[in-house]
Amino acid sequence: MEAGILQIFQSFWSRFGLWEPLWAIVEPVWPLIWALLRIIVILVPLLLGVAYLTWLERKVIGYIQVRIGPNRVGPLGLLQPIADGLKLFFKEVLVPGGANKALFFTAPVLAIAPALAAWAVVPFFDGGVLADVNAGLFYVLAMTSMGIYGIIIAGWASNSKYPFLGAMRASAQMVSYEIAMGLALVTVLMVSNSLNFSDIVRAQGRGWFAEHGAGFLSWNWIPLLPMFVVYFISGVAETNRAPFDVVEGESEIIAGHMVEYSGMAFAMFFLAEYSNMILVATLTSILFLGGWLSPVSFLPDGFHWLALKVFFFLLIYLWIRATFPRYRYDQIMRLGWKVFVPLTLVWIVVVGTCMVIFN
Amino acid sequence: MAEIRNYTLNFGPQHPAAHGVLRLVLELDGEVVVRADPHIGLLHRATEKLAETKTWLQTVPYLDRLDYVSMMCNEHAYCLAVEKLLGVEVPLRGQYIRVMMDEVTRILNHLLNIGTHGLDIGAMTMVLYTFREREDLMDVYEAVSGARLHAAYYRPGGVYRDLPDQMPQYVENKFKNAATVKRLNAARQGSLLDFIEDFTDRFPAYVDEYETLLTDNRIWKQRTIGIGVVSPERALALGFSGPMLRGSGIEWDLRKKQPYEVYDRVDFDVPVGVNGDCYSRYLVRIEEMRQANRIIRQCIDWLRKNPGPVITGNHKVAPPPREKMKAGMEELIHHFKLFTEGMHVPPGEAYAGIEHPKGEFGVYAISDGGNKPYRIKLRSPGFAHLAATDEMAKGHMIADATAIIGTIDLVLGDTDR
Repeated sequence: MEAGILQIFQSFWSRFGLWEPLWAIVEPVWPLIWALLRIIVILVPLLLGVAYLTWLERKVIGYIQVRIGPNRVGPLGLLQPIADGLKLFFKEVLVPGGANKALFFTAPVLAIAPALAAWAVVPFFDGGVLADVNAGLFYVLAMTSMGIYGIIIAGWASNSKYPFLGAMRASAQMVSYEIAMGLALVTVLMVSNSLNFSDIVRAQGRGWFAEHGAGFLSWNWIPLLPMFVVYFISGVAETNRAPFDVVEGESEIIAGHMVEYSGMAFAMFFLAEYSNMILVATLTSILFLGGWLSPVSFLPDGFHWLALKVFFFLLIYLWIRATFPRYRYDQIMRLGWKVFVPLTLVWIVVVGTCMVIFN
Repeated sequence: MAEIRNYTLNFGPQHPAAHGVLRLVLELDGEVVVRADPHIGLLHRATEKLAETKTWLQTVPYLDRLDYVSMMCNEHAYCLAVEKLLGVEVPLRGQYIRVMMDEVTRILNHLLNIGTHGLDIGAMTMVLYTFREREDLMDVYEAVSGARLHAAYYRPGGVYRDLPDQMPQYVENKFKNAATVKRLNAARQGSLLDFIEDFTDRFPAYVDEYETLLTDNRIWKQRTIGIGVVSPERALALGFSGPMLRGSGIEWDLRKKQPYEVYDRVDFDVPVGVNGDCYSRYLVRIEEMRQANRIIRQCIDWLRKNPGPVITGNHKVAPPPREKMKAGMEELIHHFKLFTEGMHVPPGEAYAGIEHPKGEFGVYAISDGGNKPYRIKLRSPGFAHLAATDEMAKGHMIADATAIIGTIDLVLGDTDR
């Protein structure tokens, strides 16, 4: 693809006879430009996806709750996210008097940066990945763990009681679910023998069922069904979504760490949350539902399958949010430590034993 | 070593779970509530004092504004007290209408409570579902009185007017197309009674819907069972009433224990809770809605068969019909005196308590024989319940404090008066 794009540039600039001098300047920095281009190609649709996820959420929850949702700005309210974005952009960012200014502004950056950076290793289709690193799984774990610093620092730097409570809840909750998530990933790692996401997906395309046309039965979700469930629920908890949204806990601590933030600083947290939602949905699809692979052999593989799977998980997110009451903080801890962690530990042993026996 | 102190958190009055303007000062040990100190008075409007400067009739609309989710029940207690002082009889049809509207109000109140209680615990869809049904009942309010919220429908001596024979219709507009309007108007073709009957046919299924969402939901149960437990003895000692008292397992319902109006002629059961926690009270409220539905159906049945006057014929208390007022001198004088000076209530004292959706709502009225009350004392159920917040919330977490505020069924207009 890189060569093809270079070709287009070359044919364009050659018309004016400028290609040779231009390329002499550009060539040393071309790898950088090429990486930047790819980052933009990933990030712009991602941020648009985040914007329209908020629209989708409001629409879907609206219809679940017998109302219509946004329908004033543009047809079907489709311009609502843009209007919201503009509004937040033009709002003043207020800084509380007693806040630690430097940390107060660092926090939103720390929240959104890892949420976006994690996308570097996510394969969208065969070969369609920004950085095809072999430790992709570790990289994602590391990046998603970083996101919590943004919340803790936000809670601390605001110098206010509600954000502080939210930050304490966030740290406890995210750390506990990180463990369940990580352990669930270990089983995936075991069955696919790789930490590279592309390899994990490719490994799901092999197997008896895949050869006989029903690829979806070869995916990881069947042998790792409990892990699949644990991973997705932990993902919901990790992203602080309902019913695990005690960090924001609207009716308890109002908005947790975001209480003192306004304007774009608030928008950063918001973007990070929704970007993380899409990330968890994507990872679940990649790790357990075969990523870009087609469920049946007579349909071609491709990005559309990944998009469809991600969309499905996002809808489940919204459905859960509209249906369930909120857990209490200690109940979330109990679920994480007393149910999920033991379950994953047992399943690691089960998977390991099976692998030893059958190989 | 640094001294470790509990810290205080100002919970409200600007707080989404504060149900209006409750200010709760929480003393916290980490997330655990050590002391919950409710501060009230932010919605104090001096209703009792205002009543002393208004004629007996002019006070009725003020009562609506006390507990602004169960308006007619407030009026009811006041009218009963005034009727006791006056010694007037309410015609039977008026009594049935009052009972029916009281039960409509009970459903309105419990719907709001269950919806917002759900919202406090995070089940945000509940509130929208319950408001869908509230909308129909608000239309009932509007049909009888012209106002959706502050009805001012009851009068000492009966109710302001008989039930209407037709319901207002929706009309097509930019937002509602012909099909929607037709669907909305389907139940509105007949009289108000037909409309209410249609509602009572649909309502049990709606309650089942709420129960599907909450009753057996594990998270809901974890959040409500064992939270805010009040023992029967404590509930009595704290002056609880209504669902708060019945949730603790004490069968006490003024509609059964000292029947007023025609509650002794209608058939209904009084649900009683077992554990005295938030879940028991939730179940009691759900069942009370079903029972209220039952009472409404019986009232509709009776009201269909028995036309008649709805307000007393004593023209010292209730104005004469308009046709007679235009034709007869005596009626004209009555009308003039009633709407300028107001009725005179014989000297005396009277207390009337009713089974308000939140508990016992009582009005203690003292008359010195004038056209204004000498003193009115209002007993609001929410006040006693709110006073128990500390006892209920102690040792629970912040999240439970919101659940407890929700279960109290707090309306600050009622508590602050």
